Amino acid sequence: MEEFFQQLTNGLAVGGIYALIALGYTMVYGVLKLINFAHGDLFTIGAYLGFTLFTAFGLAGWVSGPGGVLLVLVMVMGLVALIGFLLERVAYRPLRSSSRLSAVVSALGASIFFQNAVMLIYGAKFQVYPNDIRPSYVLSIMGIDVPLVRIMMIAASLGLMLALYWFTQRTRIGAAIRATAIDQGAAKLMGIDVNRVISLVFMIGPALGGVAGVMVGLYYGQVDFTMGWVYGLKAFTAAILGGIGNIPGAMVGGLLLGVIEALGAAYISIAWKDAIAFLVLILILIIRPTGLLGERVADKI
Amino acid sequence: MFLELRDLHVKYGNVEALHGINVHVDEGEIVTILGANGAGKTTTLMSISGLVQPSQGGVYFKGKALHEMPSHAVVREGITQSPEGRRVFGTLTVLENLNLGAFTSNDKARIRKTRDWIFELFPRLLERKDQLAGTLSGGEQQMLAIGRALMGDPKVLLLDEPSLGLAPILVKSIFETVRAINKTGMTVVLVEQNARAALKLATRGYVLEVGRVVMEDSAANLLANTDVQDAYLGGSGH
Ligand SMILES: Nc1ncnc2c1ncn2[C@@H]1O[C@H](COP(=O)(O)OP(=O)(O)O)[C@@H](O)[C@H]1O
Ligand SMILES: [Mg+2]
Repeated sequence: MEEFFQQLTNGLAVGGIYALIALGYTMVYGVLKLINFAHGDLFTIGAYLGFTLFTAFGLAGWVSGPGGVLLVLVMVMGLVALIGFLLERVAYRPLRSSSRLSAVVSALGASIFFQNAVMLIYGAKFQVYPNDIRPSYVLSIMGIDVPLVRIMMIAASLGLMLALYWFTQRTRIGAAIRATAIDQGAAKLMGIDVNRVISLVFMIGPALGGVAGVMVGLYYGQVDFTMGWVYGLKAFTAAILGGIGNIPGAMVGGLLLGVIEALGAAYISIAWKDAIAFLVLILILIIRPTGLLGERVADKI
Repeated sequence: MFLELRDLHVKYGNVEALHGINVHVDEGEIVTILGANGAGKTTTLMSISGLVQPSQGGVYFKGKALHEMPSHAVVREGITQSPEGRRVFGTLTVLENLNLGAFTSNDKARIRKTRDWIFELFPRLLERKDQLAGTLSGGEQQMLAIGRALMGDPKVLLLDEPSLGLAPILVKSIFETVRAINKTGMTVVLVEQNARAALKLATRGYVLEVGRVVMEDSAANLLANTDVQDAYLGGSGH
């Protein structure tokens, strides 16, 4: 029972990260019908910017308690949002009317560029997050010890997801995003500036991905320049699992994949942990290509 | 001049769909554009709305060059469209669809007033306001598409085949509504295959054939014209 509970909360914490990254894939896919292959690298950049900011603030003696962590998270969101915005302008917008293949090539090119940029700036070695910013308390829930950082991660990712859900469902701009995803031409007829919607989506998705990067740094204590690959693929799997283009789908898919993976690693074999995600991907493509909540994608990638 | 298309050419790739058409619409009129499938009617409306760009010539509204503006600016100028095939946002509710029609407006009181008026015009929409638009019948979706276009409080309403696929009784009611809308002073450009009904409603009409205006006259004259009768009104002698 204790083992199960540990794995469940661990799965939810990691799943929350998958979900935050998956939202970026799914929202961009929604408005552009394009898989942003560079999205995983934006997550990496977020993790490294978090590292830099924590280190710098730590030296300046600014980081103290939750306020400092929050400040770093907000700054990373802003910075990665800016990078996402520029990415769309430089790598995707000029190719808007070209073939799907050229956009895919451009996406892969951007991914390689980001990965190498991170490696050149920070080196190929992993970097360690400052130790003192991580809450080390352990909470006792019904006699089971759970690290506070895990609970905070689950709370943070759920909070961000709820905020995003509220934004897309309850605000005018949110409705404009959904309308643009359904029918760009009709959205234009409503007076929606579709280019601005696309820019906005390319800021929201990366902002969430960047936060996820910092959360991974906080959770595991270290980051490396290839992390975007693994997390990107897992999150992409989560997006497909939930139904790509579908926002609640990405949330459900991410959490579910995290839990499946954690339980699978615990009860089947730890060696299979990464394979489980891709088994899920293959199964979902065979059994239910639309994902749990979404539209068909297999022929659109 | 209120709304004017001047020597409008539109190309899709290398194929020209409009070969330089001239159309003008005066304030308060209902102008109908008739023509067979593929004549270029939808292309004409889409170039007014700024969704396709002319390769030559242009669209002018009260002296402003609409074709130099992005599509969302055209809506702000007061020109909205109910497009061919309705194109309602299927996974959004009726109310959300209507509210998107008022996307460019911040005047809450005005939006509420317009919405109330639309619910008077189409009581069905009020009954179904919380339903997903995709679950509406074809006729209801057409009402929604028109209502959504009206939500922008336009000076000019563009309607692309509002009667397409609807039962005759519904067609009649939609056309009556268009008349009522026009009575409020709104200018209407009506694209139709249902030529007889459109001409009975309209002030003036244009006939398009493969990207060219081949006829232009008052609606009454077009109704009486034997060529028009043969081609679009199912033969002469009613
Ligand atoms: N998106 C498009 N791409 C290529 N050709 C098009 C497109 N839309 C319309 N056309 C062509 O332009 C011509 C006019 O079409 P359209 O304006 O839809 O006519 P109508 O509305 O009168 O039926 C047709 O020959 C049609 O095949
Ligand atoms: Mg048409």
